[in-house]
Amino acid sequence: MIRTTLTPFIRLNHQTIGVILNSEQVIEVRGLTKKFGTLTAVNNLDLNVYSGDVFGFLGPNGAGKSTTIRMLLSLIKPTSGEMKIFGKSITKDRKEIFSKIGAIVEKPDFYLYLSAYKNLEILGKLSGADTSKKKIMEMLSLVGLEKRYKSKVKTYSHGMKQRLGLAQALLHDPELIILDEPTTGLDPQGMKEIRDLIIYLSREKGKTIFLSSHILHEVELIATRMIIISKGTTQVEGTVEELLKGEKVVVTFEVDKIEEAMRTVNESRWKEDFKSTSKSEINFELTKNEIALLNKYLIEKGILVSAVVPVRSLEDYFLRITEGGTK
Amino acid sequence: MTMLIWLELQKMFRKWRTYIGFIAIGFLAIVVQVALYFTGAKMIDFQMRGIEQSFVMVGNLFNGYFIARFILMALIIHIPFLIVIVGGDLLSGEATAGTYRMLLTRPASRFQVVTAKFIAGWISVLLLLIWLMFLSLIVSLLLFGSGPLLSFQGMKLVIIAQNDILWRFLCAYLFALISMSTVISISIFFSSFVQNAIGPIAATMAVIIIFLILSAIPVDFFQTIKPYLFTNHMSQWDGFFSDPVDYGEIFHSMWYLLAHIVVIYGITTYIFIKKDILS
Repeated sequence: MIRTTLTPFIRLNHQTIGVILNSEQVIEVRGLTKKFGTLTAVNNLDLNVYSGDVFGFLGPNGAGKSTTIRMLLSLIKPTSGEMKIFGKSITKDRKEIFSKIGAIVEKPDFYLYLSAYKNLEILGKLSGADTSKKKIMEMLSLVGLEKRYKSKVKTYSHGMKQRLGLAQALLHDPELIILDEPTTGLDPQGMKEIRDLIIYLSREKGKTIFLSSHILHEVELIATRMIIISKGTTQVEGTVEELLKGEKVVVTFEVDKIEEAMRTVNESRWKEDFKSTSKSEINFELTKNEIALLNKYLIEKGILVSAVVPVRSLEDYFLRITEGGTK
Repeated sequence: MTMLIWLELQKMFRKWRTYIGFIAIGFLAIVVQVALYFTGAKMIDFQMRGIEQSFVMVGNLFNGYFIARFILMALIIHIPFLIVIVGGDLLSGEATAGTYRMLLTRPASRFQVVTAKFIAGWISVLLLLIWLMFLSLIVSLLLFGSGPLLSFQGMKLVIIAQNDILWRFLCAYLFALISMSTVISISIFFSSFVQNAIGPIAATMAVIIIFLILSAIPVDFFQTIKPYLFTNHMSQWDGFFSDPVDYGEIFHSMWYLLAHIVVIYGITTYIFIKKDILS
């Protein structure tokens, strides 16, 4: 069902979305710190999320991502620092702010002894949503659970709970959607559907998405801006395009005439970027701009390029940043 | 707030554990009624054996009021153990299920959430006592009929006229509501600390049992602290069946229990608002 609903948006990716120009700051975090005894989970973190962003929030395990999200959602109190959402204080304007936020924090947990429908009704009422049967069923259909709406949540698989989590986060039509690992436990098809849904919500509905994920490929595909944190501290922040702009990416070119292609490469400036070769593939280490230029060069030299496959990009960048390399 | 309370009640009454108290009271009240139906007259004769030669007793002494009071005396001391099953789960149940994350990321403040839970808890106590009143008083009156109430107070026998009884029962149930609300408040208080309902249930029961034991020990020290133990005030409901009724003592106990409720509610709310939700 979700696939049918999202079909028009399936071909979208972050390049077609491009970088949305924003002005309104949705989340503003300054000097956020959280200490648990002697352990500093988040250390002087700054963060900016703008209206319409699909904001990727990256970091290795224990980097402080969940702690930050819990502070943003007032589940835990910061030791110090300032947080504003929609330009307002979370503590002073809680009601107004939280009526405009939908969230999944870590794994979605529900009242297991209640049906999916009843869970949505209760959580929707708490958020001031339209909890008419039509609206709830519409939301369950969006996440493909409409046939199991009467079933108690205790009979649901993890993936189904994850989908129900999205439904509860979207039921009250929030402006800001905070998703903490939303594709955990989903099969590849389910992961793709959720990605498409996020893109749809951002592009078509104008929602701001704050997306924490371990799956770097996922963030690379859908995020417009991102931050990488490590040990509770900001490492880099910016648009995905900007951050990866100067990054070398390992790219595989599938060509028809491998020997001729290799000869052509060795006679050109691309020789310096050559990494390795196999039966019909040549691997290069290139920046994103260079990929198009090399492709053009090979075609001009009469070599048919049947595929260009980037092997690594954000993953390399992420590892370099979080392992303490240069920024 | 009304909606929050309503949602809490919906969650509460969709859990089977909420019905344990209702089932237990229903079972016990019916068993006592059946037993008294067949053997209760002998019990009255036994109690009256010393005075029947000096007084002429007229009317139905083995009546619904007598049975209702008998059931109340037998069950009221055990009802706390049924109440804590619900109270102990009110906050810790959310932690166990991980639903705090869903519940506390909504527009309602933590103060409103915890207040709604307390009020829902008190309403569950009220409903349990209404159920007890229905079974013990109304069913007993239907089965055994009406009449004056025979009340033994130590060595003193009080016979309360038929038209002077009903208000005493209503006041006794109201007082029991305050007593039991104190108990459920304590269990909610313990519930705010942990992520499992067993802890608060056991802790509340332990507090009640320890206080009852301390009150019963005939040592000067314990007799000195006895008036300060809330358990000592919980049985004041029976004061309404005295003649004359000692309102001073009843109100003293009532205020003492209400103060407990307010302080426990205040502390729980403070802790809950300050608490980091890590579950």
